[in-house]
Amino acid sequence: MNYVIKRTGQAIFTIFATISVSFGLIRLLPGGPTDYLRAQMLQRGEDMTAQQINRRIEAQTNIAVDEPLHIQYIDYMTSILTGDFGTSHWQNEPVTEVLGSAVPWTIFIMSVSLFLAFAIGISLGAFMAYREGSRFDVASTGVALVLNSTPGYVVGLLALVFLGYRTGIFPTGGHHASGLEPGLNAKFLLSAAYHGALPILSMTVVAFGGWALDMRGNSIRVLGADYLHVARLRGLPERRIALRYVARNAILPMYTGLMIAIGTMFGGAIIIEEIFAYPGVGFYLISSIHQRDYPVMMGAFILITVAVVIGIYIADMTYGKLDPRAKRGESRESY
Amino acid sequence: MSPTEANRSDFETVSDSQISRSERYRQLVDELLLAPARIVWNDWRARIAITIISVFVFMGTVGIRLVKEPRTNQGDRLVGAFQTLEHPLGTTPLGVDIMSQIIYATVPMLKMITAGAVFSVVVATTVGTISGYKGGTIDRALMALTDVMLTIPGLPLVIVLAGVMDISGNPYLIGVLLSINAWAGLARALRSQVLTLRDADYVEAARLMGIPTSKILTVDIIPNLMPYITMNFVKQARAVIFGSVGLYYLGILPYSTVNWGVMMNNAVKQAGATSSPAAFHWLAMPMLAIILLSMGLTLFAQSADRLFNPRVRARHAKSISGDNDTTSEVKS
Repeated sequence: MNYVIKRTGQAIFTIFATISVSFGLIRLLPGGPTDYLRAQMLQRGEDMTAQQINRRIEAQTNIAVDEPLHIQYIDYMTSILTGDFGTSHWQNEPVTEVLGSAVPWTIFIMSVSLFLAFAIGISLGAFMAYREGSRFDVASTGVALVLNSTPGYVVGLLALVFLGYRTGIFPTGGHHASGLEPGLNAKFLLSAAYHGALPILSMTVVAFGGWALDMRGNSIRVLGADYLHVARLRGLPERRIALRYVARNAILPMYTGLMIAIGTMFGGAIIIEEIFAYPGVGFYLISSIHQRDYPVMMGAFILITVAVVIGIYIADMTYGKLDPRAKRGESRESY
Repeated sequence: MSPTEANRSDFETVSDSQISRSERYRQLVDELLLAPARIVWNDWRARIAITIISVFVFMGTVGIRLVKEPRTNQGDRLVGAFQTLEHPLGTTPLGVDIMSQIIYATVPMLKMITAGAVFSVVVATTVGTISGYKGGTIDRALMALTDVMLTIPGLPLVIVLAGVMDISGNPYLIGVLLSINAWAGLARALRSQVLTLRDADYVEAARLMGIPTSKILTVDIIPNLMPYITMNFVKQARAVIFGSVGLYYLGILPYSTVNWGVMMNNAVKQAGATSSPAAFHWLAMPMLAIILLSMGLTLFAQSADRLFNPRVRARHAKSISGDNDTTSEVKS
């Protein structure tokens, strides 16, 4: 119970830290967003008083620049925490509206590809370890190595060229066919899956090889462990040994990796979304940077981080259930 | 243990004077350089890896002196790959030789890789070992920081930083920037390794003997972590390649020199390489370079794992003395 409270506090702290970092980037960086906006407005030569300029900056960045710094910080914090991310000056819409519709799509392609890659990876890896040294093992290792050495966007671009433009099998952009109303009907869901297929494929293909290699290595290490000899000597059925002794102990070390993967895959998703013109959070993040639309940029960054924090939080909460040893470290005395 | 220490055992007393200085050096060289080199070279993966990495290093050092700097109108427009000897990888629509672009882009890439990987490994090792070994408040503080860094997704953070900050095109700086929070994952992994090691008998013995913490860490703990550290050095090197090329592709990082990502961006944006087959080679060649270099690094990490694996080392020692032991510990 204590751990739950601690871990929850940590997650909240991380979100807090992220928003603070975002505030620091906007406000404290010399030549950063507020300076840039001010310079831009002065350059345009519009007849504005310093106060008007400050108002404008406040409207765009959510920061009242004429207040003292700590008030600015508190104001920014409260507005973000109450869901006010400012207004996109490019699309002239609240940032929450621009990004709100994009979030589910990003989470959709991300989580599906993460799940697929992990599932394919661990089953393939376990099988490779079981057949260690066989032709199947060598071939799979080779394939996994090549895939693992390929960035997702390379696969994405190749998929776009060959499965998109040249053959026309898959669409080259968008969430779903145009003119379809989002809703829980088969037509819409199929269209969404069809449009998400290439982004998901690109991220899955490059990720499962790594999981397979990790799983293979872990399984082989576990296969040589003493407790497996003991288990065999005790006459435990092979199925029980494979699942409870080998698989469980081989997957555990990969759990931290899974948590980190949630974070890194968001980075991959950004580039993939850009390649497939898939309007997710990353897509808007990139266009906001080109547009110098700082409210959207910071909003997207905070949103992505919060999504990752929650993902890792869930993963962490279940870790103790998988590995009782993980709990022991909590009460350690220091030397 | 150094060979001289080993020889000081009470049972086989061999005084130091019997080993001449040159002999001792030879032993050291053998232990520290030749034996690992032999183990690594015995692995086919290592041979491929070292070849690939050497080719890229060669390209980045000697290659740029052999090949002319890329510029427009070096050859005909949009020559395909493998068509002429003059431009083996083809040219762009402006007649820029693609091979020279690839070669010249290797230099900043190698700098970025080195800076990023060194930065993340050094920070991770420091944070991870101290936090895992010390425990208590230090551990909690360091891990709180690590957890924040670990959860803030790396590439979005870098993208935002690159968008807000006025970073110059310095490759070392970009390498470090791309690894800004990459150390966190390794630090956590190292900490959990240290947690299992800190209670090991020999570490406990060292502690009871009053050996200072810094020495326990560097002598007893960190060598055990070397496989992790090497693997992650290479992993981070790969992450820097993936990240930098991706961000250059997106047009977010400022650039002054040619870069594989910039090449891909130009191929897509200027020549429509995704839809037009005539320009596809412009897009494909940098892709090939990325995959090759990162594959070299991956293979190297894999073979380095053997180097640190005591079982493999022991097996290797046997095979040197002529005992052809091919059993694998797995099947037993």
